[in-house]
Amino acid sequence: MRTKNIHRIFFVITILAMLVTACAPKETAQPTSASTAPTAAPPAKEVPPVAEPIKLSMICRCVVGGTNANTANWILDYVIPEFEAEMKAQGKDVTVELVQFGGSDEELKARYALDLKAGSGNDLMAFDGFWTPEFAEGGLIKPLETIVGASYADWEGWSHISSGVQQLLSYQGQHYGVPTGTDARVIWYRKDLFEQAGIPTDWQPKSWDDILATARTIKEKLPGVTPLQLNAGTAMGEATTMQGWYMAFLGTGNNVYDFATNKFPVSGQAFLDTLNFYKTIYVDEGLGDARTQLLTDGRDRSFLSFRDGTTAMLVEGDWFWRSVIAPGGSAGMDQRNDLVNWAMMPAMTPGKGINGQDYVTVSGGTGFILNPNTKYTAESWGLMTLMYSKDSLDYFQTLQPGIKSRDDVAIPNDPILTAMAKTMLPLTTTRPSDPAYSENISPALQLMTERVVSGEMTPEQALEAFTTAMTAAIGADKVEEAK
Amino acid sequence: MEQRRPILTLKTGTFFLSPAIFFVILFLIVPFVWIIVVSFTNQSLTGATALNPEFVGLQNYLDLFNFDTWLTRGNFGSSMIITLEFVIGSAWIGQVVLGMGLAIAFYRRKGALREFVNTLVILCWIIPDVVVAFSWSAYLDRDYGTLNAILNLIGLGRPDWQLAFPLFAIILFNSWRGAAFSMLLFSSALATIPPSYLETAEVAGASFWQKQRDIILPLLRGHILTDMVLITLWTFNTFSPFLLTGGGPAFKTEVISIFTYRIAFKFFDFGMGGAIAVVAMVINFALALVYLLMLRKQAVYS
Amino acid sequence: MKRYRKRISSVLYYVFAVLAIAFFGLPLLWLILTPFNSRASLAVEIPTAPTLDNFRAVFQNKFAVQALTQNNLIIAIGTMLGVTLIASLAAYALSRARIPGRNAMAYTLMLFSSVVTGTAAMVPIFLIIMGMGLIDQHLGVILVLIGGNLPTAIFMMRDFVDDIPASYEESAMISGASPFQIFKDVALPQVRPGMMVVAVWSFVNAWGAFLIPFILLRSSDKLPASTAIYSFYTEAGTPNILLVSAYALLYTLPVVVFYLLVNWKYGFRFFGGIKR
Repeated sequence: MRTKNIHRIFFVITILAMLVTACAPKETAQPTSASTAPTAAPPAKEVPPVAEPIKLSMICRCVVGGTNANTANWILDYVIPEFEAEMKAQGKDVTVELVQFGGSDEELKARYALDLKAGSGNDLMAFDGFWTPEFAEGGLIKPLETIVGASYADWEGWSHISSGVQQLLSYQGQHYGVPTGTDARVIWYRKDLFEQAGIPTDWQPKSWDDILATARTIKEKLPGVTPLQLNAGTAMGEATTMQGWYMAFLGTGNNVYDFATNKFPVSGQAFLDTLNFYKTIYVDEGLGDARTQLLTDGRDRSFLSFRDGTTAMLVEGDWFWRSVIAPGGSAGMDQRNDLVNWAMMPAMTPGKGINGQDYVTVSGGTGFILNPNTKYTAESWGLMTLMYSKDSLDYFQTLQPGIKSRDDVAIPNDPILTAMAKTMLPLTTTRPSDPAYSENISPALQLMTERVVSGEMTPEQALEAFTTAMTAAIGADKVEEAK
Repeated sequence: MEQRRPILTLKTGTFFLSPAIFFVILFLIVPFVWIIVVSFTNQSLTGATALNPEFVGLQNYLDLFNFDTWLTRGNFGSSMIITLEFVIGSAWIGQVVLGMGLAIAFYRRKGALREFVNTLVILCWIIPDVVVAFSWSAYLDRDYGTLNAILNLIGLGRPDWQLAFPLFAIILFNSWRGAAFSMLLFSSALATIPPSYLETAEVAGASFWQKQRDIILPLLRGHILTDMVLITLWTFNTFSPFLLTGGGPAFKTEVISIFTYRIAFKFFDFGMGGAIAVVAMVINFALALVYLLMLRKQAVYS
Repeated sequence: MKRYRKRISSVLYYVFAVLAIAFFGLPLLWLILTPFNSRASLAVEIPTAPTLDNFRAVFQNKFAVQALTQNNLIIAIGTMLGVTLIASLAAYALSRARIPGRNAMAYTLMLFSSVVTGTAAMVPIFLIIMGMGLIDQHLGVILVLIGGNLPTAIFMMRDFVDDIPASYEESAMISGASPFQIFKDVALPQVRPGMMVVAVWSFVNAWGAFLIPFILLRSSDKLPASTAIYSFYTEAGTPNILLVSAYALLYTLPVVVFYLLVNWKYGFRFFGGIKR
């Protein structure tokens, strides 16, 4: 009896095992795209015969109904159908697949690095601009000129994208991809809370002290409300460097990278001023909630807290306005337009900001790069140029208005965003095009703020640790004292 | 269980073993050799050393054991200490004690209550990591979490688990998660103790604790050792706390596996990542060796 | 006296059981209740008006549904079959053949397995699977998961095999059965409970696996639930709590059902208790 049973089990197991093996595609199966092409693929630049059906794939951190849903919808509803139709008109049978990646940015970055290293990956890859130097230096991505040939420069779009924005996906003067858009960072605040605290709702601070004074008023008048959020800590990753450290540090007259000497400042009074600003906010006076800086989901918590009216001021990019608190966003506010306003981030004192500015901001941007391993260079580049045509970006604007890379694409129906772009973009700075930035400096800056905000170290101790670590990591000849 | 003539000849035995050997070589030994080799280079995935990695000798190891800074949070020494606390707290104390307690409490008991608790404990063990992480994040939340709701009710306030006691939180979490294995192991072990032993002791008027100390513990020594070594290995290498804390805040829960992950996959520093893995392996090896020696010693005594 | 002691012991037993239920059950309450709520919260709230809307919304996500109904099953069943079969064969060999250094071998394997499941080996494993042309295929994930789970499975199986008497096999051998026949017809039926334990254990591990599918799979329509769940995150990286909890519950049910089935049919326990 028992034996019989086990026989049956064994039989079923064997059949299932055979099924599993049979169902799994064979190694020799036709690679659908570059993503499954083994390293020993035929010469990369070979032009396939016209009749052969071509399959392209693109990947972004976007999921219909989830993360960056608007980007996914733009690609699926406009870019792909338009491109496939265009190719058909030329007599080519091209299909494009969108790989919707649901993980985090850092996970996507790790996957890209592995894929590119292995000589595979999707033909078009959504890319954060500041990854470019690190990947280019590592030989993982190649300039458009190398992949497409000199003709890449003939695309009409380049003349509509300012050189500053082109820089977002460039390294050492070479283009690696096309940016979708750019952004800027400001202070967002709740008008209703300001009103309750007796602060004018057309608020514009002129110095760090102004910000602190307003925060103190709110703390005093509105118990239970966190006056201010300035990003700190390692949990938020790059958001700490961009929305936190940069926004303060630029106000001391320094950039994270000295474009004149090509060195990174790693010591000096400007660092202590910035760290003490953090210390005043989070440690000495409790004007910010250190908890939301340290927990893994702290940033989301602060967004929700802003939505719920328990955080009054928050330094964030325009993305916060157009996506996070937009009605239907992850911390959506139905009355966003009535309740929220923005102010420029002031320098430490007027005129002390970078380039002698009174107000400062910093921009980043994302876009798509062309995979150097693509088998279909011409088609991939065609897809890219169609995606960044005026019509295509105009379509994207109807889904989610933002600051797009092309100057002939306007921001529709959003006076706040339009005004912000107009005011802030002339003042903006960008991150350095040096791999040491993303590999060493940025994570170390995050760590330094975390040590101060958590009360673990004084600004002096944290700075000393930072100076020592960075001097060792990137070399004494590449670092200097801040102004 | 040594027979005079083995049922399988060495040849057939090797044949039976061959599929396992294939998998072990391909997915365990080859990667391990790769790790050892790469740990002596500065190989990275991005940046300049991606294309032209250099042999750096023992540099990665020297950096790990740089005694000036290694106890600073976020460095190797600090991570080792956190791992040690995590293993002692969640494996040796949490899982062994909890598992043993459950096994003893349910020893020779029957009924729905036993089945229910038994099933519940095992469910905690088999539910997918990702799900458990969500559930525990909610459970430990300072303001809304169930744990603090209860503590508050009995007048203990609302401790900030994730920020103030993050290591304790992951210890609690891992004890909860893994207690089932120890419970199962000890339950089976208890079942092998002849009931007559305990009955004799009861007739002789032994108390509950006397029975534990004089009968159950000595008979279970081998099982306890096995349990300890297995859960120590697993706990030492578990990556699950990452889903709960990400290693933070301020690296306070950065156990060795999370440390490796950060170095290898956030900084793409494969050389250093490899070196950490090799050191972890050596520690695992030492633990297993101690265990084997203890087993041998025990075999001599009994 | 004896009676009095017995009463105390049963009071203690109930107190202990209640504490255990609280300790193990409370963290799961949220998971069970939240999917039926209409308002997202980290607090445990008994739904005043239970709703199935969240599940409906989850079923809109094509990839997430496919992950559960197809990808997870392929990966988990494939891994389970591979691990159970290969571990049974290997454990039997280790127990019944005089292979030199077999104890040390079992331990060394355990050690290696902790490396392969660790994070550092992800790069070489990726390269190996790449070389086999199995990136973005379930088979690649299954093979790696088998490799990672085998050592522990062998370790557990060995104990079951060691505990069964060899006398039946000896008599089968005398009557001229081949080693494979002996294994299949005599030994396996006796270690069936052990195989079931290993099957459940490896199924559960593969079902919940995150890192390996994440690194080896590419297409959205091939990802298992552990990675698909992140598609219920918003742009800001915030989980949509209602959808995530609903999906998490669906994701959990199959392992629970599988365990209960096996436990009911075969009993889920280690027989002799692993002791070597």
